[in-house]
Amino acid sequence: MKCIRPSDALFLFLAYLLLWVILLGCDAVRRNQESRARIAMESSMVRAYGLTDLCLASEARYTRHPSQADIHAPFQDHPMALEHFPSGSLIPPPPHLTRRTLP
Amino acid sequence: MTPAIARYRNILDFTLRAMLRRRGKNLLLLTLFTLVIAVFASILLFTQALRREAVLILKEAPEILIQRMVAGRHDLIPTGLAVRIESIPGVRTVAPRLWGYYFDPSANATYTLVVPPAGGIAEGKTRIGVGVGRSRKAFRGSTLSMRGYDGQEHSLEIEALLPEESELVSSDLVIISEPDFRSLFSFPAGYATDLAVTVANPQEIAMVARKITELLPDTRAITRTDIITTYQSLFDWRSGVMALIFASALISFAVFAWDRATGLSAEERRETGILKAIGWETSDILVMKFSEGAIIALVSFLGGCILAWVHLYFFWGSLFGVFLKGWSSLYPYFRLAPVIDIYQLSVLFTLTVPPYIAAILIPSWRAASMDPDTVMREQ
Repeated sequence: MKCIRPSDALFLFLAYLLLWVILLGCDAVRRNQESRARIAMESSMVRAYGLTDLCLASEARYTRHPSQADIHAPFQDHPMALEHFPSGSLIPPPPHLTRRTLP
Repeated sequence: MTPAIARYRNILDFTLRAMLRRRGKNLLLLTLFTLVIAVFASILLFTQALRREAVLILKEAPEILIQRMVAGRHDLIPTGLAVRIESIPGVRTVAPRLWGYYFDPSANATYTLVVPPAGGIAEGKTRIGVGVGRSRKAFRGSTLSMRGYDGQEHSLEIEALLPEESELVSSDLVIISEPDFRSLFSFPAGYATDLAVTVANPQEIAMVARKITELLPDTRAITRTDIITTYQSLFDWRSGVMALIFASALISFAVFAWDRATGLSAEERRETGILKAIGWETSDILVMKFSEGAIIALVSFLGGCILAWVHLYFFWGSLFGVFLKGWSSLYPYFRLAPVIDIYQLSVLFTLTVPPYIAAILIPSWRAASMDPDTVMREQ
């Protein structure tokens, strides 16, 4: 029985991996087509209800609506209050609050 | 097959056999490299998918929001200001928005109450997000009771649950009519939470926003671009924090790979000496070492990307999806539309594959350029 050359085995393995990559690319196209209807529905809901934010973390005003947050939002209880929500430390201040303006 | 290709195939065969002789070490390297690439590819692809989703969904958000500030805090805005804003050239419409938060002690969750600007919901009725339905075990036809700011119970009939597929924007929403909203929160007449402004020419949004804040100095304007930028920076921030955590893994791997690559084992040095002694050229040895590095790096890169994809879209990014998406007592379940960002994957490729091959080549070149007799006598 003829033994397969190691380089042939390597090329076959690389082709197998590339086939996986192509199949996953096809999977991405399929999933994108499937999600089009969902995104259109979410967009229409945003338009109909005048929504501004994604519903990611709803435990505090500034985590539920980061784009609408006050500049001192993490200190809303009193000026020296420490940030105490886990998601708060993962949300940076929105750019319109940190934008530099001339004095 | 041309002689050059046949010659390279022979070197490749020899390289693979040599790698198989050291299979334990190479397998460990391959596994670690694959895992490191899988983690970073997952973070990149997941963040990109979240960013794209936010842009696509929030492009329908109000063009400009005008919020009144009192002592640095967002306050209710008189709806009468709409007339003054409408007088600014370029403004098409100004609509009051009514929305607020309701903390539900029974579910220990906070809901977002929204009045649709165009109406369309009868008094005494409500439409709720699936997250609210889950937390209250409520369904279509049942009653949602909330304690009003006047101390009274307000009961609303649930006429529908918002579609499950829209959880990313609607999980915690309670859609109610304006009379119910005002009555529940004892909300004063003639006031709104904020004002949504539409502009005739989208190119003029920033200028109109500036004019409004000049006309009404106690207000702030939030444009649609601000909203979208907020989410871009939010996901960038989170992926940065995530990448920072996994950077330790990357550094550990880099140290391991560097140590493995720069410190050629005695066996490998002896092998190099013997190959030179039997007539291999320095260039042949370099081709062999290049092939060794390229095989490990390419297989790891492809395997890492495949693993990342399988993790994100077949296992819902369970390793760190919660961290990147966010969570709360109303946990939104949602699937993301995949994004293949060739640019980011190319950057990942450039940052991982060529450095690894270079790290293999440099010490091999040193050993290959030495006299074979010296290399073999070192043992």
